[in-house]
Amino acid sequence: MPRAVVPRPRETTARKLSVFLSKHARVRLALLLSAPLFWLGLVYIAALAALLVTALWTVDSFTGKISQTWTLDNIVTVLSGSLYQAVTLRTVGVALLVTLIDVLVALPIAFYMAKVASPRAQRLLVIAVLMPLWASYLVKAYAWRSVLSQGGIFEWLVKPFGGESPGYGLPATIITLSYLWLPYVILPIYAGLERVPNSLLEASSDLGAKTGRTLRSIMLPMLWPAIIAGSIFSFSLSLGDYITVNIVGGANQLLGNLVFTNVGAANNLPLAAAIALIPIAIMIVYLTAARRTGALDNL
Amino acid sequence: MHLYTARRRPAILAGLAIASVALLTACGTTSTPSGSGGAPDKLGTMEGSVSILAWPGYVEDGSNDPTVDWVTAFEDQTGCKVTSKSYGTSDEAFTLMKTGDYDVVAASGDASLRLVAAGDVAPVNTDLLKNYAGIFDFLKMQSWNSVDGVSYGIPHGYGANLLMYNTDTFTTPPTSWDVVFDKGSAYAGKVTAYDSPIYIADAAVYLMAHSPELGIKNPYALDTTQLAAAVDLLKGQRANVGEYWSDYLKEIQAFETGDSVVGTTWQVIQNSVTTGNTDVVLPEEGTTGWSDTWMISSQAKSPNCAYAWLDYIASPEANAQATAYFGEAPSSQAACDFRDDCESYHAGDEAYASQIWYWSTPIAKCLDGRTDVECTDYSAWTTAWQEIKG
Repeated sequence: MPRAVVPRPRETTARKLSVFLSKHARVRLALLLSAPLFWLGLVYIAALAALLVTALWTVDSFTGKISQTWTLDNIVTVLSGSLYQAVTLRTVGVALLVTLIDVLVALPIAFYMAKVASPRAQRLLVIAVLMPLWASYLVKAYAWRSVLSQGGIFEWLVKPFGGESPGYGLPATIITLSYLWLPYVILPIYAGLERVPNSLLEASSDLGAKTGRTLRSIMLPMLWPAIIAGSIFSFSLSLGDYITVNIVGGANQLLGNLVFTNVGAANNLPLAAAIALIPIAIMIVYLTAARRTGALDNL
Repeated sequence: MHLYTARRRPAILAGLAIASVALLTACGTTSTPSGSGGAPDKLGTMEGSVSILAWPGYVEDGSNDPTVDWVTAFEDQTGCKVTSKSYGTSDEAFTLMKTGDYDVVAASGDASLRLVAAGDVAPVNTDLLKNYAGIFDFLKMQSWNSVDGVSYGIPHGYGANLLMYNTDTFTTPPTSWDVVFDKGSAYAGKVTAYDSPIYIADAAVYLMAHSPELGIKNPYALDTTQLAAAVDLLKGQRANVGEYWSDYLKEIQAFETGDSVVGTTWQVIQNSVTTGNTDVVLPEEGTTGWSDTWMISSQAKSPNCAYAWLDYIASPEANAQATAYFGEAPSSQAACDFRDDCESYHAGDEAYASQIWYWSTPIAKCLDGRTDVECTDYSAWTTAWQEIKG
């Protein structure tokens, strides 16, 4: 039987290149990664670097032009000014409360979705949780403005029980932000619960553990990474928000408002950049703390 | 994630970061001295296009509402094609004018002086504008549209910041701003105020009448002591403020629901409230207001079309349309022939207008002519405003 002759392939440039790449795995990897890494560098690192650099400049208050003389004045102002300390504390407080409320509300909802509901109800519930995300953020914030207004739905609801609407202010801000970020907290916790095998819960009760014990010793440790993941969303989103507090926050301002007025009203980009470093620093601390707990290992 | 990549990545990222910092510092902005030469003596041929920066509702070509259109007529008359951009705050306008992309800007008094100081706008030869003669005299050559006797534009329209109150809460109409300042605690949580550093001037107007010992002559010329007094007054007010407004739709809603019952407002807001239980008054202390000016960029690419626009928008019919649409008094008596609501805006009422301190940019050189002290500038006001809000 004559053996089939495989013709020697022609030595084209493309072929040479392909041979070269197949022999050099590192070069292949570098070429593959350079585009996304370049993009990442451009979008994230360059933006952060630009922010940091801008914070070190000053602005001429008369002509509004940025003068590129290096100074730490803005950073010092932001760190030492009592205004910035008060607003930072308020912002962190709001973000923590929003996160706490969201986690407390999300846990039972996610548990019901993952462990109790039938597959059909489960799908419907996921859609229901995602549904608010289809509407514009602004529409939802303005909806809460009318809900919490005098003679609004909230007042109508609680009046029979002797309550009254909190009006516009920090409580209204916390309520609205909790509502806005709830889906971002429910979904990771729901995904985390899906990974907890039912057999573990059964084994726990077989061994005589009551509901509370099972929740504490089995569920919570396994859910912890998911809770942290959800809390990162609600915490970081609350930290940077300035529109909600503008709409329902009454006369209060958060860090985002300070950044906004310094860019918009004051035309002081360097100071705005310095203020913007505060939430970044807080998030770095938060993520480091989350990493310490080991919550990020299982993500 | 494997360990070796995790360890190596910071090095790569650091390298990238250093490279990008180097890149950013390398391509820093070059500052070009923008001298604001003289105004032209005569006009040349039209360039065929003009680019305009203005408050929303100032340059309407029918694309928002087919019945609201005064741009098409201008294009037909002059052959200058209009492209326009609207802005939300005076500060945004100030920043956008720095790009040099706009031939014409409609600036309020809290932006105009800064634009002149930064060399972004050019002097305007009002002899070339035939509609300039018809404009109310009390709007011409004011501190917000002229510098050292040189005109920098043509007035557009003006309005006063008024005191609005809920008629259910106030059985007798208030006559003084004290209901939002010294007596504001009676309406705690329901007082509203304009959310801008320029609102400090409203407190200064009040102090002019009630604390004469401070010696405030012009609410936009405050030395450090006077500013501190105004800030104290506003910090006291802060405790009673339910919310600050800068979006006028937000204030309309707050008065309709009763979340706000008293505070500063614009005539157009009173005209828009549908519940009918609000009224406005010009308090006895006088008030602040705004008077807008059409200005021409010092880097204008189409100066002739720009002059044509300034003249056109000051013509009675166009001015009436534009100011009526926005809700403010027109700049000339003749424009009132094309409007039926001039009365409610007190157009041309000089006595009314004399009670208004029009927005001006506070600058270090005192606007009231004092030379023995340095006044607080707009950036000091901005810082103060943030501290007031706390």
